[in-house]
Amino acid sequence: MTIEETEKEITEEFEMFDDWMQKYEYLIDLGKSLPVISEEYKTDDKIIKGCQSRVWLHSELKDGKIVYTADSDAIITKGMVALMVRVLSGHTPDEIMNAKLGFVEKIGLTQHLSPTRSNGLLSMIKQMKLDALAYKARG
Amino acid sequence: MTEAKTIDKTGIDIQKIRADFPILSRKVNGKPLIYFDNGATAQKPLSVINAIDHYYREQNANIHRGVHTMSQEITVAYENARATVQKHLNAKHAAEIVFTSGTTESINLVAHSFGKKFVSAGDEVIVTAMEHHSNILPWQQLCEEKGAILKVVPINDAGELIMEEYKKLLNAKTKIVAVTHISNTLGTVNPVKEIIALAHAQNIPVLVDGAQSVPHMAVDVQELDADFYCFSGHKLFGPTGVGILYGKEKWLNELPPYKVGGGTIKTVSFEKTEYADVPLRFEAGTPHIEGGIGLAAAIDYVNAIGLDHIAAYEQELLTHATEQLQKIAGVKIIGTAKNKASVISFVVEGIHAFDLGTILDQLGIAVRTGHHCTQPLMAHYCVQGTVRAAFAFYNTKEEIDEFIKGLERAINMLK
Repeated sequence: MTIEETEKEITEEFEMFDDWMQKYEYLIDLGKSLPVISEEYKTDDKIIKGCQSRVWLHSELKDGKIVYTADSDAIITKGMVALMVRVLSGHTPDEIMNAKLGFVEKIGLTQHLSPTRSNGLLSMIKQMKLDALAYKARG
Repeated sequence: MTEAKTIDKTGIDIQKIRADFPILSRKVNGKPLIYFDNGATAQKPLSVINAIDHYYREQNANIHRGVHTMSQEITVAYENARATVQKHLNAKHAAEIVFTSGTTESINLVAHSFGKKFVSAGDEVIVTAMEHHSNILPWQQLCEEKGAILKVVPINDAGELIMEEYKKLLNAKTKIVAVTHISNTLGTVNPVKEIIALAHAQNIPVLVDGAQSVPHMAVDVQELDADFYCFSGHKLFGPTGVGILYGKEKWLNELPPYKVGGGTIKTVSFEKTEYADVPLRFEAGTPHIEGGIGLAAAIDYVNAIGLDHIAAYEQELLTHATEQLQKIAGVKIIGTAKNKASVISFVVEGIHAFDLGTILDQLGIAVRTGHHCTQPLMAHYCVQGTVRAAFAFYNTKEEIDEFIKGLERAINMLK
Protein backbone atom coordinates (compact mmCIF):
# COMPACT_ATOMS: atom_id res chain seq x y z
CA MET A 1 0.00 0.00 0.00
CA THR A 2 1.35 3.45 -0.88
CA ILE A 3 1.55 6.26 1.67
CA GLU A 4 -1.40 7.99 -0.04
CA GLU A 5 -3.47 4.81 0.09
CA THR A 6 -2.89 4.40 3.83
CA GLU A 7 -3.76 8.08 4.36
CA LYS A 8 -7.01 7.54 2.44
CA GLU A 9 -7.80 4.47 4.50
CA ILE A 10 -7.29 6.38 7.78
CA THR A 11 -9.37 9.30 6.51
CA GLU A 12 -12.24 6.91 5.75
CA GLU A 13 -11.97 5.33 9.20
CA PHE A 14 -12.26 8.75 10.82
CA GLU A 15 -15.21 9.75 8.62
CA MET A 16 -17.30 7.14 10.42
CA PHE A 17 -17.11 9.07 13.67
CA ASP A 18 -19.90 11.45 14.58
CA ASP A 19 -18.15 13.47 17.24
CA TRP A 20 -14.83 14.26 18.85
CA MET A 21 -15.43 11.74 21.65
CA GLN A 22 -15.39 8.78 19.27
CA LYS A 23 -12.39 10.18 17.48
CA TYR A 24 -10.37 10.52 20.67
CA GLU A 25 -11.55 7.14 21.93
CA TYR A 26 -10.24 5.65 18.70
CA LEU A 27 -6.91 7.47 19.13
CA ILE A 28 -6.69 6.16 22.69
CA ASP A 29 -7.37 2.59 21.45
CA LEU A 30 -4.71 3.01 18.79
CA GLY A 31 -2.32 4.23 21.44
CA LYS A 32 -2.98 1.20 23.57
CA SER A 33 -2.42 -1.16 20.62
CA LEU A 34 0.77 0.40 19.23
CA PRO A 35 3.56 -2.18 19.35
CA VAL A 36 5.77 -0.93 22.10
CA ILE A 37 9.26 0.19 21.20
CA SER A 38 12.00 -2.09 22.48
CA GLU A 39 13.10 -0.84 25.91
CA GLU A 40 16.71 -0.61 24.72
CA TYR A 41 15.66 2.21 22.38
CA LYS A 42 13.73 4.19 25.01
CA THR A 43 16.81 6.20 25.82
CA ASP A 44 17.18 9.94 26.18
CA ASP A 45 18.85 10.30 22.78
CA LYS A 46 15.72 8.81 21.16
CA ILE A 47 13.41 11.36 22.78
CA ILE A 48 11.96 13.93 20.42
CA LYS A 49 12.55 17.31 22.04
CA GLY A 50 9.89 19.99 22.32
CA CYS A 51 7.14 17.66 23.44
CA GLN A 52 5.20 18.05 26.68
CA SER A 53 4.65 14.32 26.55
CA ARG A 54 7.73 12.25 25.89
CA VAL A 55 7.96 10.61 22.48
CA TRP A 56 10.62 8.05 21.62
CA LEU A 57 11.30 7.28 17.96
CA HIS A 58 13.54 4.57 16.56
CA SER A 59 14.13 3.77 12.91
CA GLU A 60 15.93 1.01 11.02
CA LEU A 61 16.59 0.49 7.32
CA LYS A 62 15.56 -2.96 6.10
CA ASP A 63 15.85 -3.85 2.39
CA GLY A 64 15.85 -0.17 1.44
CA LYS A 65 12.76 0.59 3.49
CA ILE A 66 12.53 2.36 6.83
CA VAL A 67 10.83 0.63 9.74
CA TYR A 68 9.78 2.97 12.54
CA THR A 69 8.95 2.02 16.09
CA ALA A 70 7.84 4.61 18.63
CA ASP A 71 6.31 5.17 22.02
CA SER A 72 4.93 7.95 24.19
CA ASP A 73 4.04 8.30 27.84
CA ALA A 74 0.80 10.11 26.89
CA ILE A 75 -1.83 7.85 25.37
CA ILE A 76 -3.39 10.36 22.94
CA THR A 77 0.06 11.29 21.68
CA LYS A 78 0.77 7.57 21.35
CA GLY A 79 -2.36 7.21 19.21
CA MET A 80 -1.12 9.93 16.89
CA VAL A 81 2.31 8.32 16.88
CA ALA A 82 0.63 5.05 15.87
CA LEU A 83 -1.06 6.78 12.91
CA MET A 84 2.21 8.26 11.70
CA VAL A 85 4.02 4.93 12.04
CA ARG A 86 1.22 3.18 10.15
CA VAL A 87 1.44 5.71 7.31
CA LEU A 88 5.20 6.03 6.95
CA SER A 89 6.73 2.78 8.15
CA GLY A 90 7.82 0.32 5.42
CA HIS A 91 8.50 2.94 2.77
CA THR A 92 11.67 4.13 1.08
CA PRO A 93 13.48 7.26 2.30
CA ASP A 94 12.41 9.11 -0.89
CA GLU A 95 8.74 8.25 -0.42
CA ILE A 96 8.85 9.36 3.19
CA MET A 97 10.64 12.63 2.43
CA ASN A 98 8.04 13.46 -0.23
CA ALA A 99 4.97 12.49 1.81
CA LYS A 100 2.48 15.36 2.06
CA LEU A 101 0.54 13.85 5.01
CA GLY A 102 -2.66 15.75 4.18
CA PHE A 103 -4.70 13.22 6.18
CA VAL A 104 -3.86 14.94 9.47
CA GLU A 105 -5.96 17.92 8.36
CA LYS A 106 -8.69 15.75 6.85
CA ILE A 107 -9.28 13.80 10.06
CA GLY A 108 -9.55 17.02 12.07
CA LEU A 109 -6.33 16.84 14.04
CA THR A 110 -4.85 20.01 12.52
CA GLN A 111 -4.92 21.66 15.93
CA HIS A 112 -2.24 19.19 16.98
CA LEU A 113 -0.02 20.41 14.14
CA SER A 114 0.20 23.97 15.39
CA PRO A 115 3.71 24.74 16.59
CA THR A 116 2.31 26.02 19.87
CA ARG A 117 0.85 22.60 20.67
CA SER A 118 3.38 20.87 22.80
CA ASN A 119 2.46 17.29 21.98
CA GLY A 120 5.12 17.15 19.36
CA LEU A 121 3.23 15.75 16.34
CA LEU A 122 5.00 18.35 14.22
CA SER A 123 8.37 17.54 15.84
CA MET A 124 7.72 13.86 15.28
CA ILE A 125 6.99 14.27 11.55
CA LYS A 126 10.11 16.39 11.26
CA GLN A 127 12.22 13.74 12.99
CA MET A 128 10.78 10.92 10.86
CA LYS A 129 11.68 12.88 7.74
CA LEU A 130 15.13 13.74 9.09
CA ASP A 131 15.79 10.05 9.68
CA ALA A 132 14.74 9.36 6.08
CA LEU A 133 17.10 12.08 4.85
CA ALA A 134 19.95 10.59 6.89
CA TYR A 135 19.41 7.10 5.45
CA LYS A 136 19.28 8.54 1.93
CA ALA A 137 22.48 10.52 2.47
CA ARG A 138 24.22 7.35 3.65
CA GLY A 139 23.09 5.73 0.41
CA MET B 1 -33.87 42.57 45.18
CA THR B 2 -32.99 40.31 42.25
CA GLU B 3 -29.61 41.96 41.99
CA ALA B 4 -28.81 41.25 45.63
CA LYS B 5 -29.35 37.54 45.03
CA THR B 6 -26.24 37.29 42.90
CA ILE B 7 -23.96 38.71 45.55
CA ASP B 8 -21.87 36.06 47.26
CA LYS B 9 -21.38 36.33 51.01
CA THR B 10 -17.81 37.42 50.28
CA GLY B 11 -19.25 40.51 48.58
CA ILE B 12 -18.67 39.36 45.01
CA ASP B 13 -21.47 40.10 42.52
CA ILE B 14 -20.53 37.31 40.15
CA GLN B 15 -23.08 37.99 37.40
CA LYS B 16 -22.13 41.63 37.19
CA ILE B 17 -18.44 40.73 37.16
CA ARG B 18 -18.79 38.09 34.47
CA ALA B 19 -20.65 40.56 32.28
CA ASP B 20 -17.58 42.81 32.46
CA PHE B 21 -15.42 40.16 30.71
CA PRO B 22 -16.59 39.76 27.09
CA ILE B 23 -14.41 36.69 26.41
CA LEU B 24 -16.17 34.67 29.09
CA SER B 25 -19.25 34.40 26.88
CA ARG B 26 -17.45 32.77 23.96
CA LYS B 27 -17.56 29.08 23.14
CA VAL B 28 -14.63 26.74 22.74
CA ASN B 29 -15.06 23.51 20.77
CA GLY B 30 -18.80 24.18 20.84
CA LYS B 31 -18.94 24.39 24.64
CA PRO B 32 -19.18 27.44 26.92
CA LEU B 33 -15.64 28.46 27.89
CA ILE B 34 -14.49 27.56 31.40
CA TYR B 35 -11.24 29.44 31.84
CA PHE B 36 -8.99 28.08 34.60
CA ASP B 37 -5.64 29.08 33.10
CA ASN B 38 -5.49 32.32 35.07
CA GLY B 39 -2.03 31.54 36.40
CA ALA B 40 -0.73 31.85 32.85
CA THR B 41 -2.71 34.95 31.93
CA ALA B 42 -5.95 36.51 33.10
CA GLN B 43 -8.84 37.80 30.97
CA LYS B 44 -9.50 41.52 30.52
CA PRO B 45 -12.53 43.51 31.67
CA LEU B 46 -14.24 45.95 29.30
CA SER B 47 -12.75 48.92 31.15
CA VAL B 48 -9.24 47.75 30.19
CA ILE B 49 -10.25 47.01 26.59
CA ASN B 50 -11.94 50.41 26.37
CA ALA B 51 -8.91 52.20 27.83
CA ILE B 52 -6.70 50.71 25.12
CA ASP B 53 -9.27 51.46 22.43
CA HIS B 54 -9.59 55.04 23.67
CA TYR B 55 -5.82 55.43 23.69
CA TYR B 56 -5.52 54.59 20.00
CA ARG B 57 -8.61 56.56 18.98
CA GLU B 58 -8.01 59.71 21.01
CA GLN B 59 -4.68 59.83 22.80
CA ASN B 60 -1.88 58.30 20.71
CA ALA B 61 1.31 60.41 20.89
CA ASN B 62 4.80 59.81 22.22
CA ILE B 63 5.44 60.71 25.83
CA HIS B 64 7.93 62.83 27.74
CA ARG B 65 9.42 64.81 24.85
CA GLY B 66 6.74 66.52 22.83
CA VAL B 67 5.63 70.11 23.37
CA HIS B 68 2.37 69.57 21.55
CA THR B 69 -0.88 69.14 23.44
CA MET B 70 -1.47 65.45 22.74
CA SER B 71 2.05 64.52 23.84
CA GLN B 72 1.56 66.47 27.05
CA GLU B 73 -1.84 64.90 27.66
CA ILE B 74 -0.56 61.35 27.24
CA THR B 75 2.53 62.10 29.35
CA VAL B 76 0.22 63.14 32.17
CA ALA B 77 -1.92 60.03 31.67
CA TYR B 78 1.12 57.74 31.63
CA GLU B 79 2.58 59.33 34.77
CA ASN B 80 -0.86 59.06 36.39
CA ALA B 81 -0.75 55.36 35.60
CA ARG B 82 2.59 55.17 37.40
CA ALA B 83 1.00 56.93 40.38
CA THR B 84 -1.87 54.41 40.30
CA VAL B 85 0.65 51.56 40.57
CA GLN B 86 2.52 53.40 43.33
CA LYS B 87 -0.66 53.80 45.32
CA HIS B 88 -1.70 50.20 44.68
CA LEU B 89 1.56 48.82 46.08
CA ASN B 90 1.75 51.57 48.70
CA ALA B 91 5.20 52.60 47.47
CA LYS B 92 6.62 55.73 49.06
CA HIS B 93 7.50 57.50 45.79
CA ALA B 94 6.28 57.30 42.19
CA ALA B 95 9.95 57.22 41.17
CA GLU B 96 10.16 53.77 42.76
CA ILE B 97 7.87 52.37 40.06
CA VAL B 98 9.66 51.29 36.88
CA PHE B 99 7.63 50.20 33.86
CA THR B 100 9.05 47.05 32.30
CA SER B 101 7.73 44.45 29.86
CA GLY B 102 6.77 42.10 32.67
CA THR B 103 7.99 40.17 35.71
CA THR B 104 10.66 38.41 33.67
CA GLU B 105 12.22 41.67 32.55
CA SER B 106 11.93 43.15 36.03
CA ILE B 107 13.93 40.27 37.50
CA ASN B 108 16.46 40.37 34.66
CA LEU B 109 16.92 44.10 35.24
CA VAL B 110 17.76 43.62 38.90
CA ALA B 111 19.93 40.53 38.33
CA HIS B 112 21.86 42.43 35.68
CA SER B 113 22.22 45.84 37.31
CA PHE B 114 22.46 44.77 40.94
CA GLY B 115 24.74 41.89 39.96
CA LYS B 116 27.02 44.14 37.94
CA LYS B 117 27.63 46.42 40.89
CA PHE B 118 27.34 44.24 43.98
CA VAL B 119 28.07 40.59 43.14
CA SER B 120 31.60 39.18 42.85
CA ALA B 121 33.32 35.79 42.76
CA GLY B 122 32.56 33.67 45.80
CA ASP B 123 29.42 35.65 46.71
CA GLU B 124 26.12 33.87 47.15
CA VAL B 125 22.60 34.41 45.81
CA ILE B 126 19.65 32.66 47.43
CA VAL B 127 16.58 31.42 45.52
CA THR B 128 14.05 28.75 46.50
CA ALA B 129 13.15 25.32 45.17
CA MET B 130 9.70 26.54 44.06
CA GLU B 131 10.81 29.41 41.81
CA HIS B 132 9.54 29.89 38.28
CA HIS B 133 12.38 29.55 35.75
CA SER B 134 12.19 33.35 35.36
CA ASN B 135 13.38 33.73 38.94
CA ILE B 136 16.12 31.11 38.58
CA LEU B 137 17.78 31.66 35.21
CA PRO B 138 18.73 35.38 35.58
CA TRP B 139 20.45 34.53 38.89
CA GLN B 140 22.01 31.35 37.57
CA GLN B 141 23.45 33.27 34.64
CA LEU B 142 24.69 36.03 36.93
CA CYS B 143 26.40 33.46 39.16
CA GLU B 144 28.03 31.79 36.15
CA GLU B 145 29.33 35.14 34.88
CA LYS B 146 30.64 36.29 38.24
CA GLY B 147 31.78 33.01 39.73
CA ALA B 148 29.17 33.40 42.44
CA ILE B 149 27.19 30.54 43.99
CA LEU B 150 23.45 29.93 43.71
CA LYS B 151 21.95 28.60 46.94
CA VAL B 152 18.50 27.02 47.05
CA VAL B 153 16.06 27.02 49.97
CA PRO B 154 14.47 23.53 50.06
CA ILE B 155 10.77 22.76 50.51
CA ASN B 156 8.87 20.13 52.47
CA ASP B 157 6.43 17.72 50.78
CA ALA B 158 3.49 20.05 51.41
CA GLY B 159 5.31 22.59 49.24
CA GLU B 160 6.33 25.00 52.01
CA LEU B 161 9.76 26.56 52.38
CA ILE B 162 11.82 25.03 55.17
CA MET B 163 12.55 28.22 57.06
CA GLU B 164 15.23 26.65 59.29
CA GLU B 165 17.21 25.79 56.16
CA TYR B 166 16.74 29.31 54.85
CA LYS B 167 18.14 30.77 58.06
CA LYS B 168 21.19 28.53 57.73
CA LEU B 169 21.83 29.73 54.17
CA LEU B 170 21.97 33.42 55.11
CA ASN B 171 25.53 34.59 55.74
CA ALA B 172 28.01 37.38 55.11
CA LYS B 173 28.57 36.17 51.53
CA THR B 174 24.87 36.39 50.65
CA LYS B 175 24.31 39.37 48.36
CA ILE B 176 20.60 39.05 47.57
CA VAL B 177 17.60 36.78 48.16
CA ALA B 178 15.06 36.20 45.36
CA VAL B 179 11.79 34.53 46.34
CA THR B 180 8.33 34.13 44.90
CA HIS B 181 5.41 35.48 46.94
CA ILE B 182 3.04 32.77 45.63
CA SER B 183 4.17 29.62 43.83
CA ASN B 184 2.67 29.50 40.32
CA THR B 185 2.63 25.71 40.45
CA LEU B 186 1.73 24.88 44.06
CA GLY B 187 -0.23 27.94 45.13
CA THR B 188 1.87 28.20 48.30
CA VAL B 189 1.82 31.68 49.84
CA ASN B 190 5.33 32.22 51.20
CA PRO B 191 5.98 34.15 54.43
CA VAL B 192 7.82 36.89 52.57
CA LYS B 193 7.62 39.39 55.42
CA GLU B 194 9.52 37.00 57.66
CA ILE B 195 11.92 36.08 54.83
CA ILE B 196 12.68 39.77 54.31
CA ALA B 197 13.10 40.50 58.03
CA LEU B 198 15.58 37.62 58.40
CA ALA B 199 17.60 38.84 55.40
CA HIS B 200 17.51 42.46 56.55
CA ALA B 201 18.89 41.43 59.94
CA GLN B 202 22.06 40.72 57.97
CA ASN B 203 21.69 43.72 55.62
CA ILE B 204 20.78 41.53 52.65
CA PRO B 205 18.20 42.90 50.19
CA VAL B 206 15.28 40.78 48.94
CA LEU B 207 13.56 40.65 45.56
CA VAL B 208 10.01 39.29 45.56
CA ASP B 209 8.44 37.76 42.44
CA GLY B 210 4.85 38.95 42.77
CA ALA B 211 3.55 37.67 39.42
CA GLN B 212 1.03 35.36 41.13
CA SER B 213 0.31 37.43 44.25
CA VAL B 214 -0.66 40.87 42.93
CA PRO B 215 -3.78 39.51 41.14
CA HIS B 216 -5.05 37.76 44.27
CA MET B 217 -4.20 39.84 47.35
CA ALA B 218 -3.43 43.32 48.57
CA VAL B 219 0.34 43.90 48.56
CA ASP B 220 1.95 46.66 50.62
CA VAL B 221 5.64 46.92 49.76
CA GLN B 222 6.39 49.19 52.71
CA GLU B 223 4.72 46.86 55.17
CA LEU B 224 6.64 43.91 53.69
CA ASP B 225 9.75 46.10 53.56
CA ALA B 226 10.59 44.51 50.17
CA ASP B 227 13.62 45.94 48.38
CA PHE B 228 12.38 44.88 44.95
CA TYR B 229 8.91 43.67 44.01
CA CYS B 230 7.99 42.54 40.48
CA PHE B 231 4.74 41.75 38.72
CA SER B 232 3.14 41.49 35.27
CA GLY B 233 0.20 43.48 33.95
CA HIS B 234 -1.41 40.64 32.02
CA LYS B 235 -1.91 38.41 35.05
CA LEU B 236 -3.58 41.36 36.80
CA PHE B 237 -6.32 41.61 34.13
CA GLY B 238 -4.29 44.23 32.25
CA PRO B 239 -2.56 44.15 28.85
CA THR B 240 0.31 41.85 27.91
CA GLY B 241 3.79 43.31 27.47
CA VAL B 242 3.74 45.60 30.48
CA GLY B 243 4.97 44.93 33.99
CA ILE B 244 6.38 46.63 37.03
CA LEU B 245 9.58 46.71 38.95
CA TYR B 246 9.17 48.34 42.33
CA GLY B 247 12.52 49.18 43.90
CA LYS B 248 13.29 51.15 47.00
CA GLU B 249 14.60 54.51 45.87
CA LYS B 250 17.91 54.00 47.66
CA TRP B 251 18.50 50.81 45.67
CA LEU B 252 17.31 52.10 42.30
CA ASN B 253 19.58 55.14 42.68
CA GLU B 254 22.52 52.80 43.20
CA LEU B 255 21.88 50.59 40.19
CA PRO B 256 23.51 51.20 36.80
CA PRO B 257 21.21 51.28 33.74
CA TYR B 258 20.12 47.95 32.23
CA LYS B 259 19.05 48.75 28.68
CA VAL B 260 20.16 52.17 27.45
CA GLY B 261 18.79 54.43 24.74
CA GLY B 262 16.33 57.23 24.13
CA GLY B 263 14.65 58.61 27.21
CA THR B 264 17.25 57.38 29.68
CA ILE B 265 19.60 60.36 29.61
CA LYS B 266 20.18 63.92 30.77
CA THR B 267 23.03 64.77 28.38
CA VAL B 268 24.88 62.76 25.75
CA SER B 269 28.19 63.45 24.07
CA PHE B 270 30.60 61.01 22.46
CA GLU B 271 32.88 61.40 25.46
CA LYS B 272 30.37 60.92 28.25
CA THR B 273 26.68 60.41 28.97
CA GLU B 274 24.88 61.53 32.07
CA TYR B 275 21.90 59.28 32.77
CA ALA B 276 18.49 60.48 33.90
CA ASP B 277 17.19 60.00 37.43
CA VAL B 278 15.09 56.96 38.33
CA PRO B 279 12.78 55.65 37.05
CA LEU B 280 13.43 57.04 33.53
CA ARG B 281 17.01 55.76 33.61
CA PHE B 282 15.56 52.25 33.34
CA GLU B 283 12.96 52.97 30.68
CA ALA B 284 14.87 53.05 27.39
CA GLY B 285 13.00 53.68 24.16
CA THR B 286 9.34 54.46 23.60
CA PRO B 287 7.54 52.52 26.33
CA HIS B 288 4.43 50.36 26.09
CA ILE B 289 2.25 53.44 26.58
CA GLU B 290 -1.16 51.81 26.12
CA GLY B 291 0.12 49.01 28.36
CA GLY B 292 0.66 51.45 31.21
CA ILE B 293 -2.72 53.08 30.60
CA GLY B 294 -4.44 49.67 30.43
CA LEU B 295 -2.66 48.45 33.57
CA ALA B 296 -3.92 51.46 35.52
CA ALA B 297 -7.46 50.70 34.28
CA ALA B 298 -7.05 47.10 35.48
CA ILE B 299 -5.86 48.23 38.91
CA ASP B 300 -8.83 50.59 39.18
CA TYR B 301 -11.09 47.69 38.24
CA VAL B 302 -9.85 45.26 40.92
CA ASN B 303 -9.86 48.01 43.52
CA ALA B 304 -13.49 48.82 42.72
CA ILE B 305 -14.32 45.19 43.63
CA GLY B 306 -11.83 45.16 46.49
CA LEU B 307 -8.90 42.78 46.84
CA ASP B 308 -10.16 41.62 50.23
CA HIS B 309 -13.44 40.52 48.64
CA ILE B 310 -11.52 38.90 45.80
CA ALA B 311 -9.23 36.99 48.17
CA ALA B 312 -12.16 35.75 50.29
CA TYR B 313 -14.16 34.64 47.24
CA GLU B 314 -11.18 32.88 45.66
CA GLN B 315 -10.52 31.01 48.92
CA GLU B 316 -14.08 29.66 48.68
CA LEU B 317 -13.40 28.50 45.14
CA LEU B 318 -10.15 26.88 46.27
CA THR B 319 -11.83 25.05 49.15
CA HIS B 320 -14.67 23.84 46.94
CA ALA B 321 -12.33 22.60 44.21
CA THR B 322 -10.01 20.91 46.71
CA GLU B 323 -12.91 19.06 48.34
CA GLN B 324 -14.32 17.92 45.00
CA LEU B 325 -10.94 16.82 43.62
CA GLN B 326 -10.14 14.80 46.73
CA LYS B 327 -13.26 12.70 46.10
CA ILE B 328 -11.94 11.41 42.77
CA ALA B 329 -9.99 8.15 43.03
CA GLY B 330 -6.41 8.38 41.81
CA VAL B 331 -6.16 12.17 42.07
CA LYS B 332 -3.18 13.48 44.02
CA ILE B 333 -2.95 17.18 44.75
CA ILE B 334 0.59 18.52 44.46
CA GLY B 335 1.06 21.36 46.92
CA THR B 336 -0.85 21.18 50.17
CA ALA B 337 0.56 24.16 52.04
CA LYS B 338 -1.49 25.57 54.91
CA ASN B 339 -1.48 28.99 53.30
CA LYS B 340 -2.52 28.66 49.66
CA ALA B 341 -3.82 30.90 46.89
CA SER B 342 -6.46 29.76 44.39
CA VAL B 343 -4.16 27.47 42.43
CA ILE B 344 -4.46 23.67 42.39
CA SER B 345 -1.95 21.35 40.76
CA PHE B 346 -2.68 17.67 40.59
CA VAL B 347 -1.75 14.42 38.94
CA VAL B 348 -3.95 11.40 38.22
CA GLU B 349 -2.37 8.03 38.79
CA GLY B 350 -1.50 6.28 35.53
CA ILE B 351 -2.71 9.10 33.29
CA HIS B 352 -0.55 11.73 31.62
CA ALA B 353 -1.42 15.38 32.30
CA PHE B 354 -1.28 16.11 28.59
CA ASP B 355 -4.04 13.56 27.87
CA LEU B 356 -6.26 15.07 30.58
CA GLY B 357 -5.68 18.58 29.26
CA THR B 358 -6.53 17.48 25.70
CA ILE B 359 -9.88 15.93 26.69
CA LEU B 360 -10.77 18.86 28.99
CA ASP B 361 -10.05 21.21 26.08
CA GLN B 362 -12.60 19.33 23.97
CA LEU B 363 -15.08 20.12 26.75
CA GLY B 364 -14.27 23.84 26.58
CA ILE B 365 -12.26 23.76 29.81
CA ALA B 366 -8.90 25.56 29.71
CA VAL B 367 -6.36 24.27 32.22
CA ARG B 368 -2.58 24.24 32.15
CA THR B 369 -0.63 21.02 31.80
CA GLY B 370 3.10 20.43 31.97
CA HIS B 371 5.93 21.60 34.16
CA HIS B 372 4.68 25.22 34.50
CA CYS B 373 8.25 26.54 34.02
CA THR B 374 9.21 24.95 37.34
CA GLN B 375 11.22 21.90 36.30
CA PRO B 376 13.26 21.71 39.54
CA LEU B 377 9.96 21.55 41.42
CA MET B 378 8.68 18.75 39.18
CA ALA B 379 11.89 16.85 39.93
CA HIS B 380 11.25 17.31 43.67
CA TYR B 381 7.86 15.64 43.34
CA CYS B 382 9.15 13.08 40.80
CA VAL B 383 6.49 14.00 38.24
CA GLN B 384 6.83 14.94 34.56
CA GLY B 385 4.09 17.51 34.86
CA THR B 386 0.78 18.31 36.51
CA VAL B 387 -2.63 19.63 35.56
CA ARG B 388 -3.10 23.09 37.03
CA ALA B 389 -6.38 24.88 37.60
CA ALA B 390 -5.90 28.50 38.67
CA PHE B 391 -9.05 30.40 39.60
CA ALA B 392 -9.86 34.08 39.29
CA PHE B 393 -12.72 36.03 40.84
CA TYR B 394 -14.83 35.64 37.67
CA ASN B 395 -14.86 31.85 38.05
CA THR B 396 -17.72 30.09 39.82
CA LYS B 397 -18.42 26.97 41.85
CA GLU B 398 -20.69 25.82 39.01
CA GLU B 399 -17.72 25.98 36.66
CA ILE B 400 -15.68 23.94 39.12
CA ASP B 401 -18.47 21.33 39.20
CA GLU B 402 -18.44 21.19 35.38
CA PHE B 403 -14.67 20.80 35.48
CA ILE B 404 -14.95 17.94 37.98
CA LYS B 405 -17.52 16.21 35.73
CA GLY B 406 -15.24 16.71 32.74
CA LEU B 407 -12.27 15.39 34.64
CA GLU B 408 -14.18 12.24 35.65
CA ARG B 409 -15.20 11.74 32.04
CA ALA B 410 -11.60 12.19 30.87
CA ILE B 411 -10.32 9.73 33.47
CA ASN B 412 -12.90 7.15 32.33
CA MET B 413 -11.78 7.53 28.73
CA LEU B 414 -8.08 7.39 29.49
CA LYS B 415 -7.67 4.83 32.23
